[in-house]
Amino acid sequence: MTTLTVRRGPEFTRILGLGVARGENAVPNEDLIEPINSSDEWIRKMTGIVTRVRANRDTSVIDLSERAALGAIAQAGIDPSEIDAVILSTISFPHITPGGAPVLAERLGATPAAAYDISAACAGYCYGIGQADALVRSGAARNVLVVGAEKLSDFVDPEDRSISYLLGDAAGAVVIGASDTAGIGPTVWGSDGGGAELIRQTSSWLDIRDNRDLPFPTLRQEGPSVFKWASFKMAPVALQAIEAAGVTPEDIQAFIPHQANTRIIDQLVKQIGLPAHVAVGKDIVDSGNTSAASIPLATERLLRDGDAKSGDLALQIGFGAGLVYAAQVVVLP
Amino acid sequence: MALSNDEVLAGLAEIVSEETDIDTAEVTADKSFTDDLDIDSLSMMTIVTLAEEKFDVRIPDEKVKDLVTVGDAVDYITAAQA
Repeated sequence: MTTLTVRRGPEFTRILGLGVARGENAVPNEDLIEPINSSDEWIRKMTGIVTRVRANRDTSVIDLSERAALGAIAQAGIDPSEIDAVILSTISFPHITPGGAPVLAERLGATPAAAYDISAACAGYCYGIGQADALVRSGAARNVLVVGAEKLSDFVDPEDRSISYLLGDAAGAVVIGASDTAGIGPTVWGSDGGGAELIRQTSSWLDIRDNRDLPFPTLRQEGPSVFKWASFKMAPVALQAIEAAGVTPEDIQAFIPHQANTRIIDQLVKQIGLPAHVAVGKDIVDSGNTSAASIPLATERLLRDGDAKSGDLALQIGFGAGLVYAAQVVVLP
Repeated sequence: MALSNDEVLAGLAEIVSEETDIDTAEVTADKSFTDDLDIDSLSMMTIVTLAEEKFDVRIPDEKVKDLVTVGDAVDYITAAQA
């Protein structure tokens, strides 16, 4: 009987390189408060945000992705031709088709890498890491470029008090490849579609097709419900990721959650029971909520500020619209 | 066994005090969470979640807006336990 040949990859993977690109403009709370009848003090109290980064009107998701990816590839020390797959996580690439990943791969000279987008919102970076780890270990790809990129300012409503004022534009990228030692722990991931309406687009494209009087679609959220879900349902997921990696909270040096709200981050630290020595990513204060880009941004910030260092164990967890979530323990590049 | 209104009030006051640093004696049935105790929507969700765990009840998110006073919450929890 004829048997098929199957590929097998290396036993371990790790993050070989990290790169980020923040929107060109720091937008302070003062610039956004009038249409929502709010104040700098209220936004800081409720979210922790002081400024958010937003890109110029003519800067695209692909532009941000390219800048971040070039940094990741340079740190990884590989040639773009050695990338066998490009995974772009975004909810703000403004085309149903084509996806953004093939365009990005072409720009980077990573062709003919497999290239596809994933829509997992604020969990998208951790979803991508989980996929990249599996692709490399299965032998399906030598190196995988994972990019979380958003230009959310294209989908905000200045008069919306639920989510628009939180959002920023940025990209974070990593190259995942083979490693002599384990650098990415098991991904604990899942979804809860019962909460799909908690973070949503105001109108579907078909609604707009059928009613041209509808405004351009923007984002909305049920803030308190999302806060409750993220603060209390995600702590057990984070603990599962720690356990799956065979470590304890004491072994973790950095906690890098999705940058949704500092009060969610603080509550997660409490609920997970992280020790005081753990450095906690809070890039949201200056960058805002950049969805799929927020975890690599916060990682870069911790490393740049010296609060974490290469080789440290970091617990990262993404959660958001869907509802979807994913967590893993990684070794920082 | 279901707790009395007074027992639920005492337990809820502990949760509110833990979340806000307000003295438990200040957390009385007639107090409004927002107007008197200055509890915002996110702190309210934390209090609700901790109350769900402590009293083994479920308080749906859409019900939270109806819990204007501490007494409203005590009544809801007591009824939900029955």
